[in-house]
Amino acid sequence: MDNTFHPLFYSFHFYLFGLIAVASALLFVTRKSPVAAALWLVNVMFCLAALYLMLDAQFIGAIQVLVYAGAIMVVFLFVVMLLNLGHPSELADIRGSGGRLAAGAVGLALLAEVAVLTRARFPAQLTPKAAAALAQVEQPGGVIAPIADSLFREHLLAFELTSILLLTAIAGAVVLGRKRGATDAR
Amino acid sequence: MPLDPMQLEPAFWPFLIATVVKMLVVFTLYMVVVAYSTLAERKVSAWIQDRHGPNRVGPWGLFQVLADGVKNFVKEESMPGDVNRPTFLLAPAIAFTMALTAWAVIPFGAPLPTPWGKIDLIVADAPIGVLYPLAITSLGVYGIVLAGWSSNNKYSLLGGLRASAQMVSYEVAMGLSVVAVLLLMGNVSLPQVVALQAAGGWNVVLLSVAAFVFMVSAFAETNRVPFDMAEAESELIAGYHSEYSAMKFSMFFIAEYANMLTASAMFATLFLGGWDIPFTDWDTTGPATVAKALATFAIFAAKIGAFMLFFIWIRWTLPRFRYDQLMSLGWKFMLPVALAYIVIVSTGMLLLDIAGVTRGSGAYLLAFLGLNVVLMGLLFVILDRGRLISPASSRLDRARVDRLRAVAAGRSSIAAGEVR
Repeated sequence: MDNTFHPLFYSFHFYLFGLIAVASALLFVTRKSPVAAALWLVNVMFCLAALYLMLDAQFIGAIQVLVYAGAIMVVFLFVVMLLNLGHPSELADIRGSGGRLAAGAVGLALLAEVAVLTRARFPAQLTPKAAAALAQVEQPGGVIAPIADSLFREHLLAFELTSILLLTAIAGAVVLGRKRGATDAR
Repeated sequence: MPLDPMQLEPAFWPFLIATVVKMLVVFTLYMVVVAYSTLAERKVSAWIQDRHGPNRVGPWGLFQVLADGVKNFVKEESMPGDVNRPTFLLAPAIAFTMALTAWAVIPFGAPLPTPWGKIDLIVADAPIGVLYPLAITSLGVYGIVLAGWSSNNKYSLLGGLRASAQMVSYEVAMGLSVVAVLLLMGNVSLPQVVALQAAGGWNVVLLSVAAFVFMVSAFAETNRVPFDMAEAESELIAGYHSEYSAMKFSMFFIAEYANMLTASAMFATLFLGGWDIPFTDWDTTGPATVAKALATFAIFAAKIGAFMLFFIWIRWTLPRFRYDQLMSLGWKFMLPVALAYIVIVSTGMLLLDIAGVTRGSGAYLLAFLGLNVVLMGLLFVILDRGRLISPASSRLDRARVDRLRAVAAGRSSIAAGEVR
């Protein structure tokens, strides 16, 4: 298998998955049925995983699918189904047109901010040449070692603090999930 | 380095053609094997229950599979009135596709020499290897959940809900049991995992606890008895596929057997040495030959077949778990065991490294073998808690029998909330 860089192949798939991701994201925020919205969000995650793969971040791509699409979204769906919000047509948007306009304005402002902040680098990153240079960097030690290296050497403290944060959240969820005053019968 | 044409990777076009051919061959074989595993299930269940099983279509009932296929294709497809149509149609396709896609990274034989270069018997040698099937099979749950939800039937919905909770729970234990394998192998690439096992002993003896946790999780992930809560027919009619008919219903069955095959192949690759023929170096050393490729493929098929038989055997032997038992087994037992095992394995590896024992040496293997014998003993004593194994080998004392009888008498009033 040759590992030479094919600009056309790369660009085609970048735009393909990018467009699908953006379209799915738009559908995700416009669907009224919560299950349909959740499914479009899964599609977004999947496209992001494909983009990670194209950046040679295969481990991140696999974890994206495994954790976000395979676990977190399943729990989302579980909760949505358990609550059983009723038929989509009965679900009225609680915000009026003023709220929608404000939300749209905030979205545009964020988009403008991103555009301004990355103005200098934005076009350069999208050209295949820069991506080719990135793709040529061969990482020794497979696909996981580089991530483990930076995670457990450079960012060890942040990593451990994050895990403590998550642990606290889990403990909190367990405490809140238990019925008030109920003793553990089992 | 001398240039041996058999050692060279094929160029782009041969690679592309070889990959397409491999995909077609694997897909065809896979579908045939899936179809015949339904027959195997019926035959084995018949033997276990002292019946004949299917024996009318063709010799020994061998064409029953074709008859079933034709029947499912020509039957009327009913579409219940109040279903959510897009998701109702999407669900069987998701269930089936995800089971099939996971097969792509599993190596199924020694390299095959051809006039155009050496061809690895694996559809796609992805660098993420073992993570890929885990990620893909984690999506299979969508098929079941969406089928349950879109059917607009309370029993289907309950089946879907059970499936989602169960599969997410056991995925955690399964992923953590794989971590132990990755620790010892130091690699995620499945061909590398196979090569290392061929050189240094199978993981099923070196990492028995991980193999056990993986095996139990595989049963839960494929929704097989004793974890078939999603379609518990005595409680939920047929669970998530109650509303499906004809080929769409059949797709769920194809997906179930495809999932079993994938789980068997994963177990064989991670713990049973993949396509390695045991007790010989003939298959892994020296130049690639056609005979080696065929023999290793045969042994890989035999390993998968044995595990499939085990799946079927368990189904017709064990009763179903209750839902809370399933959850407490998953979260309170499998998860802590898998986590503790990671710590124990990494500690063991560190100590052996400090002691200067090299990887793959006899002492290293013996140390891990001994460790696992001890751990498996402990595991089963804790899992059993004196209920099955020790009473079978020794007489119970009188006081204990009385105590058990008292417990049984107390339970007969079906006290709510009392589990043990």
